[in-house]
Amino acid sequence: MPDGAAPVLAVSGLKTVFRTRGGEVHAVNDVGFRLRPGELLGVVGESGSGKSVTMMSLLGLLPSPPAEVRAGEVIFDGRNLLTMPPEELRAVRGGGIGFIFQDPMTSLNPVFNVGFQITEPLRRHLGMDRARAEARAAELLDLVGIPDARRRLKDYPHQFSGGMRQRVMIAIALACDPKVLIADEPTTALDVTIQAQILELVRDLRQKLGMAIIWITHDLGVIAGIADRVMVMYGGQVVEEAPVKALFADPRHPYTRALLRTIPHVRGPRAARLRVIEGQPPILRAAPSACPFRARCAHAMPRCAAENPALRAVGSGHAIACFWDAPAAAEAAHG
Amino acid sequence: MAEAARQPLVAVRGLKMYFPITAGLLRRRVGDVKAVDDVSFDIRAGETLGLVGESGCGKSTCGRAILRLYDITAGSIRIDGDEIARMGQTALRRLRPKMQMVFQDPQASLNPRMTVAGIIGEPLAEHTPMTQAERLERIYGLMDAVGLNRNFANRYPHEFSGGQRQRIGIARALALNPKFIVCDEPIAALDVSIQAQVVNLLEELQARFGLTYLFISHDLSMVRHIATRVAVMYLGRIVEIADRDALYSAPLHPYTQALLSAVPEPDPDYEGQRRRIILTGDVPSPARPPEGCRFSTRCPTVLDICRRVAPELSTRGGDRAVACHLHPATAQQTAGRTGGPMAAVWEPAGQIQQGEHR
Repeated sequence: MPDGAAPVLAVSGLKTVFRTRGGEVHAVNDVGFRLRPGELLGVVGESGSGKSVTMMSLLGLLPSPPAEVRAGEVIFDGRNLLTMPPEELRAVRGGGIGFIFQDPMTSLNPVFNVGFQITEPLRRHLGMDRARAEARAAELLDLVGIPDARRRLKDYPHQFSGGMRQRVMIAIALACDPKVLIADEPTTALDVTIQAQILELVRDLRQKLGMAIIWITHDLGVIAGIADRVMVMYGGQVVEEAPVKALFADPRHPYTRALLRTIPHVRGPRAARLRVIEGQPPILRAAPSACPFRARCAHAMPRCAAENPALRAVGSGHAIACFWDAPAAAEAAHG
Repeated sequence: MAEAARQPLVAVRGLKMYFPITAGLLRRRVGDVKAVDDVSFDIRAGETLGLVGESGCGKSTCGRAILRLYDITAGSIRIDGDEIARMGQTALRRLRPKMQMVFQDPQASLNPRMTVAGIIGEPLAEHTPMTQAERLERIYGLMDAVGLNRNFANRYPHEFSGGQRQRIGIARALALNPKFIVCDEPIAALDVSIQAQVVNLLEELQARFGLTYLFISHDLSMVRHIATRVAVMYLGRIVEIADRDALYSAPLHPYTQALLSAVPEPDPDYEGQRRRIILTGDVPSPARPPEGCRFSTRCPTVLDICRRVAPELSTRGGDRAVACHLHPATAQQTAGRTGGPMAAVWEPAGQIQQGEHR
């Protein structure tokens, strides 16, 4: 992954707030990242960490109200998506940036056949006529591994299994040959054997098509298998960012370290007792003025309550938002 | 352990749970969804049997059927000496305190209009003659046991997080001092950092109260952590059952192998070089399962015989049983069929039961 290559997507200072009857919820706080051409950036976090809201914000997909994108800049193709007129943003969504959501049943329209749903972006964004769009749609279904593609264009979403529906979603997302594909928990609703099929498909498609991918998940195993770089989110902010190998071999943020230690494995030594992260993730009623993880952190110090740590470099391409210095990797492997 | 091995707390034999498919104006029965189709296993006192499989394999139906939340189609279920397969609801009700369930979704399984004390105290009010004061004392005791703050006894479920709600569900299941608890995907709805908290709690409670668990889950790594033995289900049948370590270190059934190989491991180096078994296709419909072995349509090592004859679940030495025509057992099984020492078909509990339960 060339470090110096110009990013295809550059996000900085993104802040998203939800205004609810119970007050404000600061879901995304000053999130920034750069996506390089062709790379797969994994975004890991638990529910409420802000990972989905970040991606929805930059695509302008959040209903407003209650959501409000308060600040930030999202540069794609030299233009800021956040200040773009809605009509032009619509051309980017599904055009230059494709996306896939978690639940393929609710994101496909049940009353249209899948052929219509795949040809729609082709006709809308690329101005293809019906015959060409259908030919391309069949090609796409074939590309994502749906057998008998041309005939299946006439089928409705309920006639596909969960894994097949997710393949249809991927076909739609890829329809306009996007530079960036955003996938939000695309395999979470699937069984492991089907998940393995989809992950295999994505590896294969990356080689064939070479687009950059943002892959959101809570599953560290999935991330380990497909990501080039990983961003860990907690409490609406990025707490650690690293190349995938460095993140797993030498995690530096106390949250990442605790998370990696708490999950059981199917191979290797089996822990007699699971290590836990006590407490629960915060609900951010106000813009954080302190580290959001401090209440659950084993290394919290007075400074953590006084200011919110900014990302700082701890290695090549490796940064954490933490005041604490983790011991070296060898020690980290046990401790 | 030897003693426990002779005396299973739960013995299930030939359990079938079919759901009718009806059609037409008169709702004529035109077929069955064979959600659980001839399943047999034992759960020993004090152990945790993990029941794993993918969605639709029948694992949850199996758990519910064992507690007779359904009227089962066929089979025998013996829990702590009582045969409950054909028991009426009134008689079952007397036995309910012994067997309880923890559900997947604490949001859906807790009454939103009842306080925590009301939810935990309900089984006590129904099944025990306790006075209100005694009941409250017991509720507090249960809240302490599952790590809930007593001061929250008068709050409602929506005021709690997912992990805490699951603790409420566990406290309710514990209220009547059960022996056996079916945990149906108890951590599936929880975040990673909360899952470990709930699993540790279940383990602590098991040690403290001598509980026996059937732990139903699709999470193979968590099952490896909590279970002592593991049964793998596919399309309504058990394909393999073995001690945890044996199953995870050397799975015999091709489906178990594929399942384990599909679990992504949080280790980029391993993920980069691992050899994966990618199954093709989807699980067939349980209304029309394939002939012969049910896994034959997706099995990477399918033989001719697999498409015609359904393999029996038969022992492979020790505590292990596999339903496959092929696995290392081919030789053993042939030997068995011609009268060799490995002939024992995995159905020994019939005789054991007779011996033990009058």
